[in-house]
Amino acid sequence: MSVWVIADQRKGTLRKPALETLSEGRRLADQLGTSMEAVIAGHNVEGLCNEIASYGAEKVYLIDHEILANYNPPAYARAVGDLIKDKQPQIVLMGGTMTGRDLMPRIAARVGAGLAPDCIKLEIVDGKLKAIRPAIAGKVRVEIGYKSDIQMAILRPNVFERLEPDTSKTANIEKVPFEPSDLDTKQRLVEFVSKETGRPELTEAEIIVSGGRGMKAPENFALVEELADLLGAAVGASRAAVDAGWRPQSDQVGQTGKTVSPNLYIAVGISGAIQHLAGMSSSKFIVAINKDPDAPIFNVADFGVVGDLFKVVPLLTEEIKKIKAQEG
Amino acid sequence: MKVVVFCKSVPDTETRVRLKDNRLDKSEIKYILNPYDEFAVEEAVRMKEAGKVDEVVAVSMGPERAREALRSALAIGADRAILIKDDALDGSDTYVTAKVLVKALEKDGVEYGMLLFGQQAIDGDTWHVPGQVAEMLGLPQAGSIIKLEVDPDAGKAVANRLVEGGEEVHEMALPCVVTCRKGLNEPRYPSLPNIMKAKRKPVQDYSLADLGLSPEEVGRAGSFTEVLSYSLPPKKEAGRKVEGEPEEVVQELVKFLKDEIKVL
Repeated sequence: MSVWVIADQRKGTLRKPALETLSEGRRLADQLGTSMEAVIAGHNVEGLCNEIASYGAEKVYLIDHEILANYNPPAYARAVGDLIKDKQPQIVLMGGTMTGRDLMPRIAARVGAGLAPDCIKLEIVDGKLKAIRPAIAGKVRVEIGYKSDIQMAILRPNVFERLEPDTSKTANIEKVPFEPSDLDTKQRLVEFVSKETGRPELTEAEIIVSGGRGMKAPENFALVEELADLLGAAVGASRAAVDAGWRPQSDQVGQTGKTVSPNLYIAVGISGAIQHLAGMSSSKFIVAINKDPDAPIFNVADFGVVGDLFKVVPLLTEEIKKIKAQEG
Repeated sequence: MKVVVFCKSVPDTETRVRLKDNRLDKSEIKYILNPYDEFAVEEAVRMKEAGKVDEVVAVSMGPERAREALRSALAIGADRAILIKDDALDGSDTYVTAKVLVKALEKDGVEYGMLLFGQQAIDGDTWHVPGQVAEMLGLPQAGSIIKLEVDPDAGKAVANRLVEGGEEVHEMALPCVVTCRKGLNEPRYPSLPNIMKAKRKPVQDYSLADLGLSPEEVGRAGSFTEVLSYSLPPKKEAGRKVEGEPEEVVQELVKFLKDEIKVL
């Protein structure tokens, strides 16, 4: 009756949401007085097992096969799902990466277990999991209870606190055999088209600087980018900026884009339509810079600057540069 | 090749959400076809217009108002629709929903080459049902796609998934499941003649009994999860709003970033 975490890796690196999920798994296992165990599927990923153990996994199930080298939904679901059916953990968690949100429903269907997505809080009540998550564009919070013996949940990235890893730990590895089925060979990842910008991924970033319609032209996003790079931040955009063709679809924050929960969200020239707020209102701190004092973004901002972004942002960037220079 | 598009009736984004006894008060909500499903319907109709698909079937499970969502899909260009409607379905979780949709496909007997979904419904936001259906039917799946190329003669599809840091390009044998999102296409606004035409397109109703399911297998009784309560999210305290000379407001903002929230 242990707590399991499916450790999400890509190209041989553990994803940041996986570390947050391992940390939460450890906390839940401690509350239940049970063990926390992890599963990792991939190819040549044995080297990640010690890192998984450093977050408190007492055992790591390693499923290694060539066909698992890249994400393959049917193969991953069968590899992990059948192991869950065999070992019957009580709780199974995974971080809400694009893999996690795609894969977990498939596993839940295979296992025949209840699943809660996009969780921002998990609790143990009477020995069972209770999941709390936003719905309807963040307008309500829903508490979800389980009737299945196995209780599964997907965790929103950047919400659950990561533990300090204990690097002295060595993994207790159990290798799980795997043979591809016919179905597994019907799907293949043939290419990864990298759009790496050198900046952090929006859903995993500590700080995000986003620009909206107020940026007026695509070249003006240089202001946003310079501020973002100074802060080690990701660059986001409102729907208006994406629909105008100023920014790629992958930058869009909000209802038809990404949901983000950074420590700090700086909204530049974004009015704050409900579709945008749906994607960023769970940020810990929000700063808004907008010339319209009635812009709805100010209703959610911890600190609002009413002013001309073309004056305020360059000044802010200069001031931060000075501070960074003093720190040396 | 025939394709099936799944449609959900959801509250309009602008709708204000009210609660009554810890449940959603649905009396004043305006409903629309889930915007993500519009991308799926549009993609299916474009495949038909390109001569790759000969029939587009729209399927919805929901109360009577889901018929309107299906009419929207028919107005975009779907050929016929299936509405699965039964009071016993109320409270079904995503697992049960997937199970019911699979039963409806069996009952209809449509020989589909592809099942298209929206990436998520904007109310529940679970992203669950497509993957659950794909697993139950033993099909390949590509979620959150922004590009799709289908070759019915070769029996394969190539789809680009929008993921962190880039795009995963998946090659799949047909039949397969895809989930659609913004970036895949621009859904059209249906013309008035097409809206009128949609009213005459066939909509087949199925009850639970038609699908060979009993009330105990669906709804709250058959689900693995249940909603214990709804609540409004904690209200955020109104923050500070400063106005004035840019030099001064920036000094205040820097102080906030450095001393109060300590990000500098």
